[in-house]
Amino acid sequence: MSAGEAVWSAQGTTPDAIEAALRELLIERHAENESFVPARVLNMITFVESEWSGEIANRLRGVGRYHASRLLVLSYEPRRERLDARVMIASEGEPGPGELSLLRETVVVEIGDRHLDDLLTIADPLVVTDLPTLLWSPHGHWDLAGELLALSQSVLLDSVEEPIAGDALQRADELSGSAYVVDLAWLRSTPWRERVAATFDPPTLRQELWEITSVTIRHHSDSTVAAMLLVGWLASRLGWRTSPLLARGPALVGEARSGDRDVALRLETAPELQVPGLEGLVVQTASGRRLRLNRGPGGLRARSRDLAGKEHEWTILGASRGETGVLGEGIRQALLRDPTYVPAVRAARAMLA
Amino acid sequence: MKAALATQPPLPDLEAENPLTVGLERLPVAPTTLVIFGATGDLARRKLLPALYNLAHEGALPERFHLIGVSRKDKRHEDYRVECEEAIRRFSRRTPDDQVLAALLSNVRYIAGTFDDPRVYAKLGSVCEEFERDAGVPLNRAFYLSTAPSFFPVIVEALGHADLAHHEGAEVRLIIEKPFGTTLEGARELNRRVLSIFDEAQVFRIDHYLGKETVQNMLAFRFANGMFEPLWNRNYIDCVQITAAEELGIGSRADYYDSSGALRDLIQNHMLQLLCHVAMEPPVAFKAEEVRNEKVKVLQAIPTPIAGEVQAMSVRAQYTAGHAGGEDVPGYLEEEGVPEGSITETYAALRLEVDNWRWAGVPFYLRTGKRLARKVTEIAVTLKPVPHLAFSEGGSLGVQPNQLVLTLQPNEGVSLRLGAKIPGTRMSIRPVNMEFLYGTAFLSQSPEAYERLITDAMRGDATLFTRNDEVEAQWRICDPIVGTWAVTPGPLPTYEAGSQGPQEALSLLRDGDSWRAI
Repeated sequence: MSAGEAVWSAQGTTPDAIEAALRELLIERHAENESFVPARVLNMITFVESEWSGEIANRLRGVGRYHASRLLVLSYEPRRERLDARVMIASEGEPGPGELSLLRETVVVEIGDRHLDDLLTIADPLVVTDLPTLLWSPHGHWDLAGELLALSQSVLLDSVEEPIAGDALQRADELSGSAYVVDLAWLRSTPWRERVAATFDPPTLRQELWEITSVTIRHHSDSTVAAMLLVGWLASRLGWRTSPLLARGPALVGEARSGDRDVALRLETAPELQVPGLEGLVVQTASGRRLRLNRGPGGLRARSRDLAGKEHEWTILGASRGETGVLGEGIRQALLRDPTYVPAVRAARAMLA
Repeated sequence: MKAALATQPPLPDLEAENPLTVGLERLPVAPTTLVIFGATGDLARRKLLPALYNLAHEGALPERFHLIGVSRKDKRHEDYRVECEEAIRRFSRRTPDDQVLAALLSNVRYIAGTFDDPRVYAKLGSVCEEFERDAGVPLNRAFYLSTAPSFFPVIVEALGHADLAHHEGAEVRLIIEKPFGTTLEGARELNRRVLSIFDEAQVFRIDHYLGKETVQNMLAFRFANGMFEPLWNRNYIDCVQITAAEELGIGSRADYYDSSGALRDLIQNHMLQLLCHVAMEPPVAFKAEEVRNEKVKVLQAIPTPIAGEVQAMSVRAQYTAGHAGGEDVPGYLEEEGVPEGSITETYAALRLEVDNWRWAGVPFYLRTGKRLARKVTEIAVTLKPVPHLAFSEGGSLGVQPNQLVLTLQPNEGVSLRLGAKIPGTRMSIRPVNMEFLYGTAFLSQSPEAYERLITDAMRGDATLFTRNDEVEAQWRICDPIVGTWAVTPGPLPTYEAGSQGPQEALSLLRDGDSWRAI
């Protein structure tokens, strides 16, 4: 046993035996040092293809303090016959006098086709009772992993990983009927949504929210769904009446109605963008005011044109979270509730109909 | 005429909520210029600048943010930026991102001068205006007084003379560090001078304890759980004990500490605030005025000590040489910078009553001290013993009243002492603890208190700040004790460094009560 981690493993085992091993290891670790205490925040069940489980493990290792307190990895290899398992209980480090060190539990269970009918009975004993549970199936397989929704209050997905935007939105909408959906594509847009909200927050400018005349969004070529979610958010929050967007070359264009005013919508790809998500946003209002946001070093780069036509430019401070940071944020969000996501998804779906 | 009417833009609905803020964790903060007076001081370097960086890192600063440092020392903007960078790199809770740090520092300016020099304020006004011309909109202004308290009225009045206390189309706010006065009269005079220039709604008096997550959690704990409130009164609660103990001595702060002492340093502000959180009635809403009204009512219910009673309801003491943290440590009078024969207390304990329907007859014991056995801040609520014990006397010696302990530091959490049967054939009872540890139950890292407080002040949310009548009510309780102690000659009772405190503290307790082990 290393200083920071206790490990148990078995081949041809059962969920009961794995659960017993977990309990034993927790008692051992506490006896070893009474400052070791188990974290009790969140269960996370991850259904992964066996050959990619290492990559997923690496991504999850990077989330640091956002690691679920108990992570159950169901590693799926179709032809596997035997149920094998490993349990690892890791501490954050050696606690100093009077300090605590949290224990984080990881259970990896190797499963095959023959176990799929019993997925629920394999997973159920291995999650901590009364803690919220987050389900993540990063390789899709919702037909297989869907059974685990019965154990889960939240589902983690990344809509940009679905090749077709319409399918991604449909999946998110359907899953939201069974659990709270945390969508990494939505979380990547948080700084953009915050800034649009902040721009129109001063009471003297708030009225202009109902006078928006055009919205243009630039996005990574694989992130059309991210742009759809952003425009869906504006539409649902501002009560726009939308109609389907049409393909014009590499762009999607269309119109919405805000009160008695038309809002021109344009979603276009940004070939220069190397990472998933959004590259830029331009919002114009009837008064002539224009807000332009673009990615930039050290935060978003903002440019605004005021009523006199004068341009102002500044940097909105904020560190890039990176993809690891976004995943960690996704795990944290499983404990929160954002009531604006599902309406944004539905508004976006309506624009793709 | 008709055409003119048709093109008339609708009047802005200033009361309408911003529908885009729904669901956002971080609410927008209006564009702001923050001015720190005392910009090269210890507080600015250790707390304020790192807090500002962390807010910038998280994207939580206003979208347009400028910082102006004001201090006596003459230096260029570039030199001040280098000092800011050094302070942030040294004291930030996270490793700075170079790009964010560079972007933050590019918005920093420095103004040199003494706080009574009108030219400083003229320059300040012109720099603020320059930022606004560049932004094209009026920017809110927040003046943070991080200076020695003697400068507070000087700066406030100079801001007034320079016409900087109000600003067309934007908010101006004044953030004042503790101590807010050193006596009741001093606090009243400071309030009078501040409020002759600023409105109370513009003033944010900092008590950084209120910015701590665990202090705010006390309200959630009390008012979001139905199980405690029915017991939270004189019928079920026997006594309340609030402890803020430090293992450390005064370090290099002899100048400040010897003129302050334990009572002024901690009890007058932080510990009375904790008492308010324990004793207040549920506010109608978690809004500034509602919360502060309830806290003021608690303070008003604490009788003003009269001179003849001070001896019986308070204890003060000084530490002598001893052992702390495995080392020999000097006594207070041997600490560097402490005047010979000083009678400043390093330990203070009080017994207070809250004379209202809920709490009449329940003693509130408060104690704080330097160089005690360990660092701990906690509130222990002891319930009354059960009225009848059905278990055999021999086997039930371990039965003790239930005790709820809210620990603020170092291990934030809540512990409930219960009686439980010892396994075996006899019905023997002993106390066991049911523990909730804050750190085990949430994924998020708590922000530093100053991050929360600076954001709230820039947003104009005064819930976590002390109102003028609250400060004066706190001083009304402490002033007679300070006054009596000042005219009572030393030497003071003593306690050995690293110990539980002076024996004299036992005299405050009712028969049957005891101090919890530190």
